[in-house]
Amino acid sequence: MNLLSILPVSASAYAQQVDALYLFLVGMSVFFLVLIGVLITIFSLKYRRRSAGEVPAKTRSHYQLEIMWTVIPLILVMVLFFWGARLFVRYSMPPNDAVEILVTGKQWMWKIQHPDGRREINNLHIPVDQAVKLTMTSEDVIHSFYVPAFRVKADVLPGRYTTLWFRPTEVGRYHLFCAEYCGTEHSLMGGLVYVMSKADFEVWQKADGGAAGVGQLSPAAAGEALFKAKGCAACHTETPAALAPSLHGMFGHTVKLNDGTEVTADENYLHESIINSQAKIVEGFLPIMPVFQGLLTEEEIQQLIAYIKSLTADKGEGS
Amino acid sequence: MSETQATTVNETNYLNASSTLRSWLLTVDHKRIGILYLVTLTGFLLIGGIAAGLIRLELINASGRFFSHETYNKIFTAHGVVMIFFFLLPSIPAVFGNFLIPIMIGARDLAFPRLNLASWYIFVIGGVFGLSALVLGGVDTGWTFYTPYSSTYANSHVILTALGIFVAGFSSILTGINFIVTIHKMRAPGMTWFRLPLFVWAHYATSIVIVLGTPVIAITILLVACERLFHLGIFDPALGGDPVLFQHLFWFYSHPAVYIMVLPGMGVMSELIAAFSRKRIFGYTVVAMSSMAIAIIGFFVWGHHMFVSSQSIYAGLVFSFLSFLVAIPSAVKVFNWTATLYKGSISFKTPMVYALGFIGLFTVGGLTGLFLATAAVDVHVHDTYFVVAHFHYVMIGGAMMEFLGALHFWWPKMIGKMYPERVSRAGSILLFIAFNLTFFPQFILGYMGMPRRYHVYPPEFQLLHRMSSLGAGLLFISFAVVFGSLLWSLVKGKKAPANPWPAKGLEWETSSPPPTFNFDRIPEVTEEAYAYETLFGDEPGPTS
Ligand code: HEC
Ligand SMILES: [Cu+2]
Ligand SMILES: [Cu+2]
Repeated sequence: MNLLSILPVSASAYAQQVDALYLFLVGMSVFFLVLIGVLITIFSLKYRRRSAGEVPAKTRSHYQLEIMWTVIPLILVMVLFFWGARLFVRYSMPPNDAVEILVTGKQWMWKIQHPDGRREINNLHIPVDQAVKLTMTSEDVIHSFYVPAFRVKADVLPGRYTTLWFRPTEVGRYHLFCAEYCGTEHSLMGGLVYVMSKADFEVWQKADGGAAGVGQLSPAAAGEALFKAKGCAACHTETPAALAPSLHGMFGHTVKLNDGTEVTADENYLHESIINSQAKIVEGFLPIMPVFQGLLTEEEIQQLIAYIKSLTADKGEGS
Repeated sequence: MSETQATTVNETNYLNASSTLRSWLLTVDHKRIGILYLVTLTGFLLIGGIAAGLIRLELINASGRFFSHETYNKIFTAHGVVMIFFFLLPSIPAVFGNFLIPIMIGARDLAFPRLNLASWYIFVIGGVFGLSALVLGGVDTGWTFYTPYSSTYANSHVILTALGIFVAGFSSILTGINFIVTIHKMRAPGMTWFRLPLFVWAHYATSIVIVLGTPVIAITILLVACERLFHLGIFDPALGGDPVLFQHLFWFYSHPAVYIMVLPGMGVMSELIAAFSRKRIFGYTVVAMSSMAIAIIGFFVWGHHMFVSSQSIYAGLVFSFLSFLVAIPSAVKVFNWTATLYKGSISFKTPMVYALGFIGLFTVGGLTGLFLATAAVDVHVHDTYFVVAHFHYVMIGGAMMEFLGALHFWWPKMIGKMYPERVSRAGSILLFIAFNLTFFPQFILGYMGMPRRYHVYPPEFQLLHRMSSLGAGLLFISFAVVFGSLLWSLVKGKKAPANPWPAKGLEWETSSPPPTFNFDRIPEVTEEAYAYETLFGDEPGPTS
């Protein structure tokens, strides 16, 4: 980072678009500041008091002027609004080709799980030019995942999932910060994002014999194991007489609840259904599912969800 | 301006009417209560300022050399809590609103003088709670008290501090009610709504915000305390609560709170600009109504603090839009003040230096507010030093500068002594320079990605942090000069005439300091505010 430049390094196309808007704002601000500054200076010199008894004549009010300096700023801020809104919508909508990486924040570290099962703490390795979507949650308080080089951040909350995406275009190492104050060691809760060339990334992935080599299962596979170990499979048997609804192909679809309402089965719904099953009851079933709050870690819940997402509608074995 | 005699040579005034401690502590005179607040608030300003100094000291080094994490967190929390809840929020209304509103509208006191005294006591009790939390070991939640950190995880004196803020809030509410009733009911004959000084309009708008907003923060803080004490699941998801709910409630109050701090400053601003350019404020009605517009729209923009909080993007867009709208009345005010100077007779007495400084700083604060209203830019700079710089420009630039401007402008009236013009003016200019040196680098730091509330930070930010700390050192010196010269004038200052500037307004028609009941005879108002063309009577002529 160059100390004298006013812009931080940017490592994505989105970051450059934010910078363009920022520079427009800077330009506009300088213009208005100079305008006001020059007017005040001129008036101060020209109309400075020359004798103690001086009494200036009254100025008439001037409606055209008032309207002018209401309407011009109004037009300008509307331009800013639409410009900023367009980018904000982009920031909010991850593209379909994004790789999903799971992030758990915890006082005071970031735990990261790659789709192939490799885990990292406080660092994130990703290939260049590949869109990445982070699905994030916290085990305790609110944190915020912030990578200045991508000009993105999103809060990471306990009890629900938030997402953040970016598509890095520059190979390099970038700061990762926690931006939301989260207690004692908040200022140490960070690390580095390594954006690697495709080739380097593959080398990194395969190091030590790959994820399996270091004994790490993919989140979905780990979830499958948990599903059996935690007794979920006892009720969710996928048989017609099962006590519990089928979980195959339910992700992303609408679920009818016993109070007549409908919800879309997204990550947040699954999270709630697992830790606090009593909150929403599926139509046609009894509220017999135990409450798993406190019995599963956030990472385990993420793995279970990854497993449920991998179950396809044809009732075959999950991949 | 009115039918009263301009200067009544009156030897007894509100200050020397009686001098026992008891007569001060049991006073129901709005002027004395204003002075009580002035003394109390200056004490809090000093405490908050020391905390600020310690923060800047720590940030000289990227490695966080002096304090432990915990201590640093407690220091910035103390700085925020004290400065916001115990200095800035009450500052101008409690001191100058109290002292001046009755005089400016030609009344003998506020509508409820005893309630006014009670407000001060309530404030002091709140302050004692807040300070005892500090003395017992402090709080480490930040002044924003985000849940579930504050409600479940923090191991510090959250409840005591919350109680302090809760109690002090009642003082604000009672003062607000007192002002509203006073402005409605106690105006002197002829003092119509559109003859009110803009200072009074600004306080009217502020009082409405106080009365509507403060109960919300009081309840919110109470809920945090309930969750901590009784484990009621309100904000902590582990107990079935919603952590973002806290943010909605908190900012529903705390965004309007910015206007509680800034609107009175804008009111002061109008008085100063008019007096030192001897002009009626350009677009008086527009300026008065823009205060009301800010007060109302200000209640609907809180979500701009939550663009990255998981709030829905549609909500984000609406809040972004409304935040841009609320910028317009502020911009209009700045243009109107600037236009007031046109063809005026401008003198650069200390209060005017503060006023012109205000225009500069507030313009920077307002323009950088547009950066934050722009959703996509805010995503990047949210929770960085950019935000820290922005709100210091708005709150110190907007409220603090005007507090000092007001203090110098009305000092002769309140104390009956003149401050030393040259030293005070030098102090105000130094303050302006030091302020910019302290806070301007923080905009750059913020856009570079420096998060707030970090005392250990990457070394590439160190240079800008050092500039900022240097500025803070200079700020301390300038505050010493400013307050030192005021204190000096208490003893050695020249006796102030009734109208030293001279300026228009009923407060300048009574003696300095005013008699206990403000006017010998209730004035009758026959002209609009700021009728500077009649400053020296009908035929203009020089006085001293
Ligand atoms: C005692 C039997 C039982 C066990 C054990 C059990 N569940 Fe369930 N589960 C149910 C029942 C019955 C429902 C439907 C009623 C409801 O919504 O609570 C359900 C609903 C769900 C749903 C919502 C399904 C939908 O279609 O909306 C999910 C997801 C789920 N369970 C996951 C799990 C997981 C993961 C585990 C293991 C950690 C688990 N369950 C253990 C009985 C069980
Ligand atoms: Cu943090
Ligand atoms: Cu706000």
